[in-house]
Amino acid sequence: MTPANRYTATAIALHWLAALLIFTNFPLGVYMHELALSPLKLKLVNYHKWLGVTIFLLTAMRLAWRAAHTPPPLPETIPPWQQRAAHGLHFLLYALLLAIPLSGWLMSSAKGVPVVYLGLVQLPDLVGKDKALGDLLAEIHEVLNFGLLALVGMHAAAALKHHFIDRDSTLRRMLPSGKGIQP
Amino acid sequence: MKNLCRHVLPLAGLLLAGAPFHTQAAEFNRVQTGKSTLAFAYKQMGVPMEGSFHKFTARIAFDPARADAAQARFEVDPASIDTGFGEADSEVLGKQWFDTKAYPAAQFVSTGVKALGGNRYEVLGKFTLKGKSRDISAPFTFKQEGSVGVFDGAFTLNRLDYAIGEGAWSDPSAVANEIQVKFHIVADAVSAKK
Repeated sequence: MTPANRYTATAIALHWLAALLIFTNFPLGVYMHELALSPLKLKLVNYHKWLGVTIFLLTAMRLAWRAAHTPPPLPETIPPWQQRAAHGLHFLLYALLLAIPLSGWLMSSAKGVPVVYLGLVQLPDLVGKDKALGDLLAEIHEVLNFGLLALVGMHAAAALKHHFIDRDSTLRRMLPSGKGIQP
Repeated sequence: MKNLCRHVLPLAGLLLAGAPFHTQAAEFNRVQTGKSTLAFAYKQMGVPMEGSFHKFTARIAFDPARADAAQARFEVDPASIDTGFGEADSEVLGKQWFDTKAYPAAQFVSTGVKALGGNRYEVLGKFTLKGKSRDISAPFTFKQEGSVGVFDGAFTLNRLDYAIGEGAWSDPSAVANEIQVKFHIVADAVSAKK
């Protein structure tokens, strides 16, 4: 595969870093939510927020990369409707990776607990303290996350299907250098 | 007529309201509980939080002309806390925090007031919380607004001095040790019967 048929090293690094952070922060969110109030919970909640802000920033960087680059084309063997579905899915993934941290930030403000990124940078409160709004945003945050879970599942299943069943280059475009690359 | 209303009436009102209080010393001694607040600020994991106590009684006697004779006594119901964070409100009533069953009241009794110049003063006294007493001092300002006196002050206490947050909660990296307490007291001057 020629370099033009692969994502750049930057895009590949950002993608897998995002995957790692999402696969860390999702279970962390589910776990900490169930904990009774304790110093550990306070810490985990803050780490969860910091990871969420990081994912938001990473997503913004990835969108900037996309604005400056044309992604490598999908193999021509993939029918047009599947290509359109893949683009649509990618669009939704990016949208959720921005919307989910945003809903968490708004929820924090509404619950009266501002986000202080890494314990250093306080994000402004975009909404005032409002219990009903906080509860609503918590619901939204949860629903969006289970939407993300479903979409990531489809995204990964499609990549694996192309790699192991269709045996095309779809996944290899996004794999770290050298691994599994064949002409 | 319009002009009269606009210019003369407010002027008359100003004279009526201002006159008696500038010439005569007054002792501010009846606290308006509804207008007074007892709030606090703290940090959890570096996140600034604000809370307050809804139920407290304050008895004060303060005459700006004789500040050194002033007295203050506060009694706070720790169970009336609003931590600023719903989930924590019930947690802090427990044994590791305020243990409100065993210690249903916190208390401050002044031992003296010092004039610091201008409208600034400092109150000294004994603060008792969860059975532990400490001598504390709190600077405050006093402002006379019409017939009422307004006191605004603050002091910092270390929660661990009073065993507020024991066990795992004694970790100051989760909830900071320093708690800034802010009081805003509004009081009327009621002249004593002679």
